[in-house]
Amino acid sequence: MSKLSKNEQKMLWRILIAAALLIAVRLAVAFWVPDSATSLVVTLAYLVPYAVIGWDVMWRAIRNIAHGQVFDENFLMALATVGAFATGEYAEAVFVMLFYQVGELFQDYAVGKSRASISALMDIRPDYANVEKDGVLTETDPEEVTVGDIIVVKPGERIPLDGVIVEGASALDTAALTGESAPRDVKAGDDILSGCVNQTGLLRIRVAKPYGESTVARILDLVENASEKKAASENFITKFARYYTPCVVLAAVALAFIPPIFVGDFTDWFHRALIFLVISCPCALVISVPLSFFGGIGGASKCGILVKGSSYLEQLAKTSTVVFDKTGTLTKGTFSVTAVHPEEGYTATQLLTSAALAESYSDHPISLSLKGACKEPLDPSRVTDVEEIAGHGVRAKIDGREVCVGNSRLMERESVKWLPCEKPGTIVHVTIGGFYAGHIVISDEVKPDAAAAIADLKANGVKKVVMLTGDTKEVAASVAQTLGVDEFHAELLPADKVDLAEKLLAGKPDGTNLAFVGDGINDAPVLTRADIGIAMGAMGADAAIEAADIVLMDDQPSKIATAMRISRKTLRIVYQNIVFALGVKAVVLVLGALGMANMWLAVFADVGVAFIAILNATRALRVKEFR
Amino acid sequence: MKKRFKLTDLDCANCAAKMETAIKKLPGVNDAAVNFMAQKLTVDADDARFDDIMGQIVAVCKKIEPDCVINL
Repeated sequence: MSKLSKNEQKMLWRILIAAALLIAVRLAVAFWVPDSATSLVVTLAYLVPYAVIGWDVMWRAIRNIAHGQVFDENFLMALATVGAFATGEYAEAVFVMLFYQVGELFQDYAVGKSRASISALMDIRPDYANVEKDGVLTETDPEEVTVGDIIVVKPGERIPLDGVIVEGASALDTAALTGESAPRDVKAGDDILSGCVNQTGLLRIRVAKPYGESTVARILDLVENASEKKAASENFITKFARYYTPCVVLAAVALAFIPPIFVGDFTDWFHRALIFLVISCPCALVISVPLSFFGGIGGASKCGILVKGSSYLEQLAKTSTVVFDKTGTLTKGTFSVTAVHPEEGYTATQLLTSAALAESYSDHPISLSLKGACKEPLDPSRVTDVEEIAGHGVRAKIDGREVCVGNSRLMERESVKWLPCEKPGTIVHVTIGGFYAGHIVISDEVKPDAAAAIADLKANGVKKVVMLTGDTKEVAASVAQTLGVDEFHAELLPADKVDLAEKLLAGKPDGTNLAFVGDGINDAPVLTRADIGIAMGAMGADAAIEAADIVLMDDQPSKIATAMRISRKTLRIVYQNIVFALGVKAVVLVLGALGMANMWLAVFADVGVAFIAILNATRALRVKEFR
Repeated sequence: MKKRFKLTDLDCANCAAKMETAIKKLPGVNDAAVNFMAQKLTVDADDARFDDIMGQIVAVCKKIEPDCVINL
């Protein structure tokens, strides 16, 4: 048991003292006080433990009535216990109040504990950064570090800001961001995200983003401001509570006054009405649902899945259609040269070097992958007369010889006979000195867990998996086939994606949801439009993360199925709690009306049910099985 | 304008729900959410009268749950 707060400790003492006093008074009344003692003395004796345990409830009840809050649980408890006193059930009155306070204490403790476990999870805020200036290290507030500063992170320290490693190599613990427990190796030149913990080596990092835009600040902002959007079941239960309490109280009043008119025995009916009052407290119901969702959201973030509100967690369970924007979600989004096909008389190296040199002035992803594929260093001074032909490619002179690098349209334009390629991907044709020299295939790699992710989604009840891409039909078809995607649409412009999403939204089965998974800036409109927008967090553009409802920190598509499982488990707990709490209350209400229940049972129906519901809710936080 | 406030000593989930309903009913408030678990209040209200509205919100909450403090 972790530590109780000061208030909780005080409460615990009050409970213990009141319990001891209650036992003492009970024993005294039984063995010591003669029957001749007036009932006034006994009443006064019982009032002592009652005052110890219940003064604050009474005080709040009076204060809240003054504010016009009638159906407040303090008032209900006060009324029920005072009523019990009035009918001579002294011990019962004190016990009910005592048990009520025990329940409240436990509730506070459980809620506080689950809050603490989530804030511990989110304890990724770096306290300081070691800024290096002129060889001297100073501990600085991360918010005061500017872009371009060099910071030093020692083993065991948390990376405070996003940046690039200038010196050093180490293993990083990324668990706080991604839920992934295997350490990631990094070396000089690698990008590094704040929030990870440096495990082994000293790292010198050049800061790339100010604190406010760093990963750690963005995640904290996301999590702290989550759950503004409440789940339907959460709204249901608060709405239900709004009507439940007044109804039960009215029923209590009716029970106290109407039956005695016909059958008499006012005290008995009055006592039954008090039972109603005790059961009418709404808090047990109201607390268990948000607590479950809170636990579910916390559990998901343990797995590197950030959910922005309980409503999304709830809706995720009903997902029937998942739409992927291919690049960056199912594929890595990094292009690389996958094949080089030189014509006779040319070597692969010659082809690659020529293409890379011609493209050396461009930062286009294709140029970058061409440059990346060249093993020897490129000398840009060999290149002259570079001419970019938009939508076609590049024409340049290398060592004085004309080289054209581009797509088939460029070849047509240059009236060169080109050869098609059987491999899927982007085909880059090259001519040297006016003759066709061959082509290079550049394609995006499929993520290692993509096929498993889709199979897993299907196993979790997703009926249709759709892939959208701006890529060519051939590439799309080959990826769709390897991954087992049901439907794909290729060669789309950003606006087409929104139209298609609309169509898919209209076509999905009623009562189910469509999730869209994307990572790019141009995905933001679709992410907003879809029932559930899922963004890739580590690589995703800020705008996409902003627009999304769920963010996958480690970019693994397989986490979507994990999130669905967590969502189902949370919902199961929520429904269990609702049915259990309402069921027990209903049964006790019926028994109470029939005169078959006493106040002890009623207080169990209130506090005991809350106790069990809260214990059940904390299960939502446990996600070991999903990791 | 949308603003978030931290709440202290918000002890009861039902009061949180009641506060939320009451705040939503105030004139000038477009939307409001009280998050019991995160102990946070989010208010979306008219820019021009925001401070005025916040004053009313504080008063309403004081009525429902006098122990709870909105940290402005």
